[in-house]
Amino acid sequence: MIRLLAMRELRSLFSMPSTWFMLAGLQFIFAWFFLARLEAFLEIQPQLAQLANPPGVTATVAAPVFNTVALLLMMLVPMFTMRLIAEERRSHTFALLLSAPLSGRHIVLGKFLGLMVFLVVLVASVPLMLYTMALGTDLDHGLLLSNMLGLLLLAASYVALGLYVSALTTQPVIAAIGALAASVGLWLADIGASAEDSPWHVISPFNHFQNFNAGLLDSGDVAFFVLFSMFFLLLTMRRIHNNRIYG
Amino acid sequence: MSNTIPDITLCARNLTRGFGNKQIIHDVSLELKRGEVLGLLGHNGAGKTTTLQMLTGCLLPDSGAIEICGIDLARQPVSAKTHIGYLPETPPLYRELSVNDYLIFAARLRGMQPAAANEALAQTMQRCGLEAVGKKIIGTLSKGYQQRVGIAQAIIHSPSVVVLDEPTVGLDPTQIRDIRTLIRELGDSSSVILSTHLLGEVESVCDRVEIMQAGKLIYSDTSERMQQFGCVAGFIVSLRNPPPLSELENIAGVCNVEQLSARQFRVTHVPDENPSGALLALAAQHGWQLEQLTPLHATLEEVFVKITDTEKMRADMQDNQKPVRPDPSTSSGLKAMVEGCVPTETVHASTSSARTEEKP
Repeated sequence: MIRLLAMRELRSLFSMPSTWFMLAGLQFIFAWFFLARLEAFLEIQPQLAQLANPPGVTATVAAPVFNTVALLLMMLVPMFTMRLIAEERRSHTFALLLSAPLSGRHIVLGKFLGLMVFLVVLVASVPLMLYTMALGTDLDHGLLLSNMLGLLLLAASYVALGLYVSALTTQPVIAAIGALAASVGLWLADIGASAEDSPWHVISPFNHFQNFNAGLLDSGDVAFFVLFSMFFLLLTMRRIHNNRIYG
Repeated sequence: MSNTIPDITLCARNLTRGFGNKQIIHDVSLELKRGEVLGLLGHNGAGKTTTLQMLTGCLLPDSGAIEICGIDLARQPVSAKTHIGYLPETPPLYRELSVNDYLIFAARLRGMQPAAANEALAQTMQRCGLEAVGKKIIGTLSKGYQQRVGIAQAIIHSPSVVVLDEPTVGLDPTQIRDIRTLIRELGDSSSVILSTHLLGEVESVCDRVEIMQAGKLIYSDTSERMQQFGCVAGFIVSLRNPPPLSELENIAGVCNVEQLSARQFRVTHVPDENPSGALLALAAQHGWQLEQLTPLHATLEEVFVKITDTEKMRADMQDNQKPVRPDPSTSSGLKAMVEGCVPTETVHASTSSARTEEKP
């Protein structure tokens, strides 16, 4: 049942022309950024070679590309999550799900997984592009994998957050602005907090991505992402149940 | 309503529901037998949609219990809901999907296997007259077709209970007729509950009627009985060469004569004494040249207005005496009141009775 809902979500996404435009536009941006980083690397390569322990091509090109993609995701995910529940409410299709033999868990997980699959397709081009460098040089696969894992977990937490905000309103635009405000707010609070042990660093998903970005796989970060996503998914299920109570 | 037939598909007991401090639904109980079409009739804002939302699990009642085919909707929502097909006021359509994809999704959503869903799709498309538009995107269809797709999604999994919230709103007369035929057909295999404020709809498709006002069910009976007791003793008479009004009034048994147009009169009489014979004789005698003599039939509209008015009157009287909660015997007591007052009560506007007479 969850798969059915996820498939429906994907089908709806891919049947809209705007999705394809977005995919094409983003692919262009990713490629542009990748080529810019590559060019910069080629320029400074002679200087790097003189260092005692020079950073490799993966650390100089791939890691910043992933970091940018992560930042872009923060802005993009709300554009996709806004429709998930708010749009269903607005177009009155939510009644179909509520009257169908489904629990809130099915609805929430179906929508969450559907969008996650879409985002995986969306960002899959990034590692593919980076792996083209393997034609000319050796790559640090560990660093690439940790970045991919980090990106996936980061996307999951933003989707969960966006899904919850979308469940709060009937207006997709408000859902988008709300989710954007929350994720960008967390990020700004994180980079604005100067103290090393500020709690803002702890609750910001983007901050937890930094370790993955540097190739450091910390179980604490993984746990944070899992808890963050689960927290908002549970809140969404709760909200859908409340929908039946408060109408 | 009888409890003797065991095949009860839907049973709701003492449902109440409020939004904020406002109580919308007061103590509503419903029962639906297999193969029965129940019409839920009421003004806008009477609480029909809220009741249907509760019956389909979209809203939880504040108190009361709902059983679908014997399964408690609150305790086992998932298994109970497999027996429900629901068409809300606005059809729940994913406008970006094609009709086929959408209906398959709706069937699978209710737990059908892919092969069975495909089979049901062909059958439902044929039933709802959607064969020609299967591959079209729902958003591009006309309102009538969208409504049909909405009905198709509610019946594709052959549910025991089909709940339709104002199924014919916004359709043209031909489409309305098609959909009513479809609803009648549905009534053969499953139970149908439909809400409407169109009285003709209840007359033409429903076996039983529940009238709802201000969140309460105020009347319940078979659709036929309702029309019978609403029968008015009287007729419309057209005379090419009419006499003065007073002459008609003087015929024995006539209570009241109302002139509808230069040649048309609406005559009401004492129920036991039909003056049409005397009138015919007089017409022949004086050369009034009778053109038409049509007995009056009260439409549900008139019955409905009567019942709701009586209910209002009753409530006002109660308010004046003491502010008590309306007693649960309201519906039966009211019926007696209404039945008692029918013969003498005049039917409302002359326009509405003119319409009556056109009824085949």
